Formats: sequence, C-alpha cells, structure tokens
Amino acid sequence: MNGVPLTHMIIVSTLLFFIGAYGFLTRRNLIAMLMSVELMLNSVNINFIAFNKYLFPDNLDGLVYTIFIIAIAAAEAAVAIAIIINLFRNTRSIDAEYADKLKN
Amino acid sequence: MTSAAIAFYIISAFILVTGILTVFTKKLFRAAIWLLLSLIGIAALYFAMEVDFAAAVQIIVYVGGIVVLIIFSIFLTNNEGVNMPSALSKRKIFSALASVCGAGYTVMLVNQHIWMTPSAKVYDPAVKKIGYLLVSNSPSSYVLPFEVVSILLLAAMVGCIVIAIKAKPEEK
Repeated sequence: MNGVPLTHMIIVSTLLFFIGAYGFLTRRNLIAMLMSVELMLNSVNINFIAFNKYLFPDNLDGLVYTIFIIAIAAAEAAVAIAIIINLFRNTRSIDAEYADKLKN
Repeated sequence: MTSAAIAFYIISAFILVTGILTVFTKKLFRAAIWLLLSLIGIAALYFAMEVDFAAAVQIIVYVGGIVVLIIFSIFLTNNEGVNMPSALSKRKIFSALASVCGAGYTVMLVNQHIWMTPSAKVYDPAVKKIGYLLVSNSPSSYVLPFEVVSILLLAAMVGCIVIAIKAKPEEK
C-alpha cells in the first residue's frame, strides 16, 4: 500500500460514512435503515485500521478495536432483526412511519 | 503511481459506488445485494492493506453472517418485487444537504490536518501477535474486553430468542 497517502483512505471512509448517514435519514424501511448503519460501522473500521497501519505501526490496538466493533455489530444486527421481526408480527409492517405503537 | 495505489483507487471506487447503490435502490432485496458487494469490497481493501486477519473476519462475520441474516429477515417480512416507498422530498433535501455539508467539512478538515510522523517500524499484523494481544496475561492485553464481548454476544443471543420467539396461543 505504498504510494497511497493516509488522507485518501480517510476520505474514502468519510464518504462511505455520509452515504450511510444519508440512507439512515431517508429510508423508511427498518431493514434498509439497518443496512445504512452497517455501512457507517464499516467506514469506522476502515478508519481504525488505516490509522493503525499508517501512524502507529508498532502496535496493533486499532486492529483489536476493529475486531471488537465487528463482534458488537453482529450482536446489534441480530437484536435489531429480532425486534423488526417481532414488530412485523404485531403490525404487519416494517415502515418506520407506522412504528408508533408505544405512543398510544 | 504504483500498482498498489491503482488497486486502492479501483477498490475504493467500487466500495463507494456499491454503497451509493445500497442507499438509493428502490428494491429492498437489491439493496441487500449491493450491501453484500460493498462489504466484500471493504474486505478487499483490508487485503490490499495487508491486514489479512481483519479481511477474513470481515468476510466471515459480515458477508457470511450479517448479510445472510438481513436477507432472511427480508424474506420473512417483505412483499417481493414491491418498490419501497420513498421519503418525503423535504426530508430528502435536508438529508442530502446535511450529508454533503458534513462530508465536505470533514474532507476539508482532513486535508488541512498535519499528521504526526509515524514511527519507522514495519507494520506486522501476524495472527500470533493479535492472539497474544487479545488473550494473554500481560497487563497490556485486551483479555477483559474480550470476555465482556463474549458475555455480550451470549446476552444478545438469548435476547434475540426471547424477543423473536412466537408466543404460544394460550398465553396470548
């Protein structure tokens, strides 16, 4: 990876993060919102590994944090999908606009 | 421009294009497939950065686990072939404005920042070193977070079963 400056790596992850943020704000389907969150988490992982490789090559803490983030993202996705399936069973819809049962 | 740099730019263009398609596709199942390709692209980026372990974990957990889970839940909850309803145009405009402004500002900050000079050592993410860092008894190891994450995964698994299990008819 010689020849690629750290700045370009960070710009790629920044763009991916804001693509995910746009999707999270505009999507109405809960599963599509979850996909956008996965994109954002992945952009953070790219950041951790790039900083680790370019600025602190003598220890591997960024890589370990990436592994922890991936584990927690897996748990988060599983819980989110369980909640979505339960919501679908109760309301027959996974649209975020109609998920307002707690209000009444 | 070296071949590694060319590979990096191709891979990042792939990641960004598939990411944009994930966010903009009208059909939910296609969005899941674009997400799958984007995650594979990120794994390829890790391979290009010579972080083989992270790339393997990325493929196993994200591509093999989370995307399959998402596709299963799409099958359970979605009417096939129906376009997703689009958001209000006011919300679209403000979200696009927020994303573009945020991305532009962050890119500007990153361009202006002067990074610290790295130490001259060679980056060596060998799996053995990662293993020592995760579970060894040295004071700098991450053994406590490792155990906490394993308990978290167990709790999440039990919680998923409790939330998603079907209530028996007589309990309703």
